[in-house]
Amino acid sequence: MSSALLERAVAHETKIGVIDCDVHHAMRSSKDLYPYLPARWREHLETYGSRRPTPFTGSSPYFKAAPALSRKDSWPRNGGPPGSDLAFLQEQLLDRYGIEAGMLHLLSPTGMDQRNQELAPVLCRAINEWQFHEWTQKDQRLKAAIVVPGEDAAAAVAEIEHWAGNRDFAQVSVVTHTIEPLGRRRYWPIYEAAAAHGLPIGLHSSGNNGYAVTAAGWSSYYVEEHHEVSMSQQALVTSLVCEGVLARYPSLKVVIVEAGLAWVPSLCWRLDRQWARMKDEVPHLTRPPSSYVREQVWFTTQPMDEPERPEDILSILEWIGWDRILFATDYPHWDFDNPETAFKAQMTEQQRRMVFRDNARAVYGLG
Amino acid sequence: MGFPAVGAIDCDVHPAVPGMRALLPYLEEHWREQVTVRGIDGLDPSSYPVNVPANGRPDWRPAAGKPGSDVGLMRQHVLTPFHTRYAILNCLYGASSVFNMHLAAALCRAINDWVAAEWLDKEPRLRASIVVPVQDAEFAAAEIDRCAGDTRFVQVLLPAAGESPLGKRQHWPIYVAAERHGLPVCIHAGSTFRHATTKNGWPSYYLEDYVVGSHAFQAQLLSLISEGVFSKFPGLTVVLAEAGFTWLPQFMWRAVKTWRAMRAEVPWVDRAPAEIIRDHVRFTLQPSDAPPDPRQMEQTIEQIGSDRLLLFSTDYPHWHFDGDAALPEGLSQSLIQRMLVDNPLETYPRLKGTLQ
Amino acid sequence: MSKHVVATVSEIPPGQRKLVTVRGRSIAVFNLDGEYFGLFNRCPHQGGPMCEGILTGLIESDEPGHYKYSRKGEIIRCPWHGWEFDVRTGQSYCEPERIQVRSYPVEVAEGTRVVEGPYVAETVPVTIEEQYVVVDV
Repeated sequence: MSSALLERAVAHETKIGVIDCDVHHAMRSSKDLYPYLPARWREHLETYGSRRPTPFTGSSPYFKAAPALSRKDSWPRNGGPPGSDLAFLQEQLLDRYGIEAGMLHLLSPTGMDQRNQELAPVLCRAINEWQFHEWTQKDQRLKAAIVVPGEDAAAAVAEIEHWAGNRDFAQVSVVTHTIEPLGRRRYWPIYEAAAAHGLPIGLHSSGNNGYAVTAAGWSSYYVEEHHEVSMSQQALVTSLVCEGVLARYPSLKVVIVEAGLAWVPSLCWRLDRQWARMKDEVPHLTRPPSSYVREQVWFTTQPMDEPERPEDILSILEWIGWDRILFATDYPHWDFDNPETAFKAQMTEQQRRMVFRDNARAVYGLG
Repeated sequence: MGFPAVGAIDCDVHPAVPGMRALLPYLEEHWREQVTVRGIDGLDPSSYPVNVPANGRPDWRPAAGKPGSDVGLMRQHVLTPFHTRYAILNCLYGASSVFNMHLAAALCRAINDWVAAEWLDKEPRLRASIVVPVQDAEFAAAEIDRCAGDTRFVQVLLPAAGESPLGKRQHWPIYVAAERHGLPVCIHAGSTFRHATTKNGWPSYYLEDYVVGSHAFQAQLLSLISEGVFSKFPGLTVVLAEAGFTWLPQFMWRAVKTWRAMRAEVPWVDRAPAEIIRDHVRFTLQPSDAPPDPRQMEQTIEQIGSDRLLLFSTDYPHWHFDGDAALPEGLSQSLIQRMLVDNPLETYPRLKGTLQ
Repeated sequence: MSKHVVATVSEIPPGQRKLVTVRGRSIAVFNLDGEYFGLFNRCPHQGGPMCEGILTGLIESDEPGHYKYSRKGEIIRCPWHGWEFDVRTGQSYCEPERIQVRSYPVEVAEGTRVVEGPYVAETVPVTIEEQYVVVDV
């Protein structure tokens, strides 16, 4: 293998405003939701709490690299977990890196994978109210996703209808570890509603469904699991394509968040080759699977893939399509990508503008 | 033109068990009786339903019986047209999915004895993997010990998706036995269906299950590396069969990136996962999942960073190509030569021992 | 290169560090058991504030499941991606060959098993002059 010099980020003449397509805001505590919850559910959360198919009340069994999954320097000065203090987030992320818009993805609590089916829609509504009042109304750079209780498609559609047209919400969010793969027909009404309102579906790895982290069983280590979340996202893309969701809703836009993206070309090559010899099973697909991906799916960049030859990232971005790439930091997580240094290969000015800003403006309908 | 006549070694070929009747003569007497009394049959794996067109190329399907069930047809269909020096048989009958471990072990014994009598004895160019009950590593090690004396058995066969990841300690007796006998371990595509085929649940379509099958292999590599199998068993080679390989570069990059952050979690992993893979892991050719542009295949091969990783295969009777067009575009002549002959000889030391 | 006083010896007791800015560059000086070491506060990976990370020991292993712990407090983990760097030498504990960065000459203490890093944190020569900690930047 050839050796290569570690390159600093190429110095750029023009400063481009950045749109960060994966920002994790957080609650100081579950009490943040209380103003938005009926008393019956406040009591329920304080007693029975969130119940999901996981063994611990306070942690994933795959312990993370760092407390709260976050950079050590992202804990706000006034207390509270990383991402919970707007002022600190503004200072450390938005202002520091010239972020003109940040797409919010809330990871905890999740409403959709609550085992109590009545709690799920109530929690989602409360989350969306909290996002609106405490975040997007306080800093117009921040855009929320409409969090929906997707295991109940009718309730999810109702939640979309409630917020559609509100410019603070730029996309619809469902968890990705669901009771059935997200391409299955029980979820179709959600896509129909999102497409009808011109809202992309933002798919950030999340949720608990009790299925093993791999088809081959439960891995032992976080070093494995942290890689395997990307495979779940790949299976998700496969599902949306093969179940015909993308074919059925040609105006639907899907954003795959925090999966990296170097896997996209080889997954598409495999999908196309295998479809070519099994297409009789899926007559609803009238063209190669990769064509649906090329037209309707976008990918955020984080965690930035690090080829052994840094310039190899360029042919991957080229293959996916320069208009399909959305820069993201994943702030405040430990594997955060610094917009100034994450790319180790030289892009043209136009490519940089697209990746760092213009593609996101187009996908999310931002000014 | 035709396929290069260099004495290629086909590293993944499938003999089909006609049914339990064929295995009866090779079962112990009490099992023979139980199988008959209880009607134990129907173990064709769900990963390879026989009538799915992709699982039997039309011109490889016999008038009667399953594709891959006749040694004469195998000669005619692949051994002759590909000028094959050796072909390695991977029998995919479903013993590894059986819950009764004693029955699973008995079925594996019967399968291996059947393969030896009905295939290896009848065609000198054939070699085989030892089918083992992955469900119980001690039983699997015993079967490796039992079969290893027959040098026509050249590796150990495991399914890509079992009950727990293959790097975990409970599987180590398999690697002890394999390493002791100098046998590679082959992980072959297919699921025992102990787990949903994705973390997101059960897809609707066979096409999806097949496509995401490459993730099971990737998970297995992460497991083998992270659990330290290659440092504990430095002599072990692992062959991924019917896994695809064009996903390998991006997989290695991410595996290295994650390891750099989490090294202290698995401190026995003392070098980059990409280096471990280049040293210890091999890939059969089919399916090549080739990009439409041959230059992208060239780039993929460059990124794999070694010409020693690919092993020629037809995956007979599965349908990946027509005629003898088994080689995808974008492979250099020197890589083809290595892939057809040199890499298999290096991977399977027993082949060198019996070279004519 | 020129010398700068950054602290008095008593300001940085064993196990502690001090972050300073010298000639516009952020540097940290660490006291490991009475010896002083300097590192530029910029991780060679993505430029994170490396020296603000947690100090750990070194976990090594000769066999899966066996852990050998040594050099408590001598490894700095970048607060971003958690990469481990030897405070004494700036060497990283991951991934061999391939890439090199500009670095000052460092001495590797005998007996240390270091993976020859691609990613080497830039060290800063530190000397003690009377009661002052002096860096050469």
